[in-house]
Amino acid sequence: MRRMKLGMTAVAVLLAGSLVACGEAGEDDDGGGGTGVEGAEPLTVEAESDCDGKFEEGSRMAELAEAGEIAIGNRVDQPGLGQQDTPDSVPEGFDIDMAKLLIADLCIDPESDAVNWTEAVSEQREQFLEDGTVDLVAASYSITDERRELVGQAGPYLLTGQQVLVPIDSEVESIADLEGEEVCAAEGSTSLENIELEGAVGVPAATYGQCAEDVVNGTVPAMSTDGSILRGLAQQYEGEVKVVGPEFSEERIGIGYSPDAPEMCEWINGVITEAYDSGDWEQAFQYHLGTEDEDAPEPPALDECQA
Amino acid sequence: MDVVWEHREAIALAFAYTVLLFLIAGVGSTILGTLLAGMRVGPIPVLRWAGAGYVTLVRNTPLVIVIIFFRYAAPKIDLKFNFIDVVIPTGAGDIRLNNIFAACTVGLTMYTAAFVCEALRSGINAVPLGQAEAARAVGMPFGGVMRHVVLPQAFRASIPPLANVQIALIKNTTVAGALGVAEAFVRMRGLINIDATARIPIFIAFAAIFVVLVEIISFAAHRLERRVRVA
Amino acid sequence: MSGSVLFDAPGPRSVVRHRLYTVITSVVLLGALGYAVVRLEQNGQFEYEKWEPFVSPVYIETILVDGVLETVKMAFSAILLAVGFGVLFGIGKLSDHGLVRWPCWAVVEFWRAVPVLLSMIFIGAYLDLSQLSHRYWAVVIALMLYNGAVLAEIFRAGVNAVPHGQVEAAYAVGMRKTQVMLAIQLPQAVKIMLPALISQCVVALKDTALGYAVLAPGLTFVARLIYNNPDFGQNQLPTVFVIAMIYIVLNLILTAIATWVQKKFVGEKKVLEVAMVGEGDPTAAAPK
Repeated sequence: MRRMKLGMTAVAVLLAGSLVACGEAGEDDDGGGGTGVEGAEPLTVEAESDCDGKFEEGSRMAELAEAGEIAIGNRVDQPGLGQQDTPDSVPEGFDIDMAKLLIADLCIDPESDAVNWTEAVSEQREQFLEDGTVDLVAASYSITDERRELVGQAGPYLLTGQQVLVPIDSEVESIADLEGEEVCAAEGSTSLENIELEGAVGVPAATYGQCAEDVVNGTVPAMSTDGSILRGLAQQYEGEVKVVGPEFSEERIGIGYSPDAPEMCEWINGVITEAYDSGDWEQAFQYHLGTEDEDAPEPPALDECQA
Repeated sequence: MDVVWEHREAIALAFAYTVLLFLIAGVGSTILGTLLAGMRVGPIPVLRWAGAGYVTLVRNTPLVIVIIFFRYAAPKIDLKFNFIDVVIPTGAGDIRLNNIFAACTVGLTMYTAAFVCEALRSGINAVPLGQAEAARAVGMPFGGVMRHVVLPQAFRASIPPLANVQIALIKNTTVAGALGVAEAFVRMRGLINIDATARIPIFIAFAAIFVVLVEIISFAAHRLERRVRVA
Repeated sequence: MSGSVLFDAPGPRSVVRHRLYTVITSVVLLGALGYAVVRLEQNGQFEYEKWEPFVSPVYIETILVDGVLETVKMAFSAILLAVGFGVLFGIGKLSDHGLVRWPCWAVVEFWRAVPVLLSMIFIGAYLDLSQLSHRYWAVVIALMLYNGAVLAEIFRAGVNAVPHGQVEAAYAVGMRKTQVMLAIQLPQAVKIMLPALISQCVVALKDTALGYAVLAPGLTFVARLIYNNPDFGQNQLPTVFVIAMIYIVLNLILTAIATWVQKKFVGEKKVLEVAMVGEGDPTAAAPK
């Protein structure tokens, strides 16, 4: 009883903390902080103060800076990349930090209500950009030729490879062992396509959390997506699942923007390059995705913007 | 309309799942619902309570939650359907009746059975009192009264409400889509994401197929009702 | 017909048999329940961490305010709009003019036959879904269309259930069509409809759970946030259990209200019978 009471108080304090000071969850050491290197500092992003004349007249950036409001499509269920605690809190993750840098460059405070964080599940990302539901997508959004025909994609700001998550006692060693077997991934994601290219049968799920439950329950023998997401999940199901196999695809994670605003590409690349140079990128990487054993990798080279 | 035509095979495959979900859950729920109705009007109090409890619980729970139970909770209490693994090859791709399909089907069956039970109970209530009394008077036990006298007439009286239950079932199969079966709803959402500008023709196409399926059930129920009607 | 009509009062041998059945059933049911509890315990589903959000005040408030309240609001907005839709198209279906009757019939049949999830995605494709309020409306509008179509049918049946003689009498004293509808048929139809209307509320309330497909606010939204939060160690099951209980309690309250209304306003009369989809014959105008 005493233990429970103590627990309750601790929880209440933790929750109150995470609700009031959302985005600063690095302070609690109860797993709610950074998913990367222990003790790494979270990146704090401050809004630029002067945007008058900063952007070309009539460009989408100028419009957004002028409006002082922006809508971002993000994930809420990918620890390390994009994750959210309560409906009103600012999400956290590496994707989110990249988005915050972009938002701040428009002189909008990334922690304020002027930012409309919108969950964009894999299946909806193109539609959201096409119909203007969101201005930018920062939702572990892989750059592909098919997508570039529908929407704009700048980057990549992160390279990851797809791996496989299996139960801890599984004999599966890589995707090659799963030919003809069911493998779970998010609906409409490149992960799902890659699984089928490798000869396994894709099982769509709304979120990666559901996939992980299916793996733990033995409903499917494996799930597969970016290694960084899998490692985040493996941490949560410690002792029940493991990440195996070589990376069998290269995912190039980028920022999505409206097909009607090609001018955003140069701007996004500019902000990301700045983050590479200033060390912000590395700091965010270490905090969310880094491991104790390795240093942060070199930031990936950005694609040229198509005219 | 192009996008619909272009993906006609995938759409057909999706509706094959829809129809399979409907047929299996339809038959299953009718059997289970009849058993439940028997329990609810039978002489054994524990069975009556169990039946009533089941119906109250399931009827008041959203279907999504019932299916989530069989998809995610059932495996944790060793209720797994991994022994089910049928692959039906078709020209447009395989139809896979696997454990996920089975869990969704069981969820749909268990949910629909509660409504079948209530439809039948209303039918049983419509059978004139004298019939059951007469059957008892000639010495029939409860099982006999039900099997030979009450249920045949109850089914007849229940056809319209039962048809409504089955119509609801075919629409409810879409919920399985959100939990891992690649049926019509999943396909429609996928197509709208590929080509948002064609959302009207895509929606009309899918909706029209559902209207046709519903009308088929409705028509079949009418024919059935007419055939078994007592003049 | 009460249950007792179907079987005789049990004799001594039946009593013994029934006791046996009772024991077997109880053992099987309790055994299954016990097994489930043990397995869930072994799976760590009862760990405090997983139930933490449901005993901590901050989350209870979130569940009640962002969850229950939003869900109930969604269901009631949908039903209110559906009543308008239902009365409009119900009267339309009763019209003497084919030009009014047929389109109304088509609209009602269409929305009764289309799965709510499909309409929800379709409507969602027209709204800017970045706003929580828009996702709210995607659910409300989809539910309005379906429940409205059902209510139109209920309404039509309600009007037709008003005894014919009253309508004839009203015409006999020189009332017009509109007057007969407004003064004679409508008030009585509404009274007959009430219980059916409240049962439809149960349907609408349950269907709000489909809003998860467009990430609509309400209980399913709060549930996602809770089980996506790594602090609670993947507590999908406890979350779904709690959400299910909330839905069941809400629906039982509604059902109790429906029963009370039925007794109070309608008496123990037979519940209104509504035609199934495809049965409402559009060629049949209102009986005069």
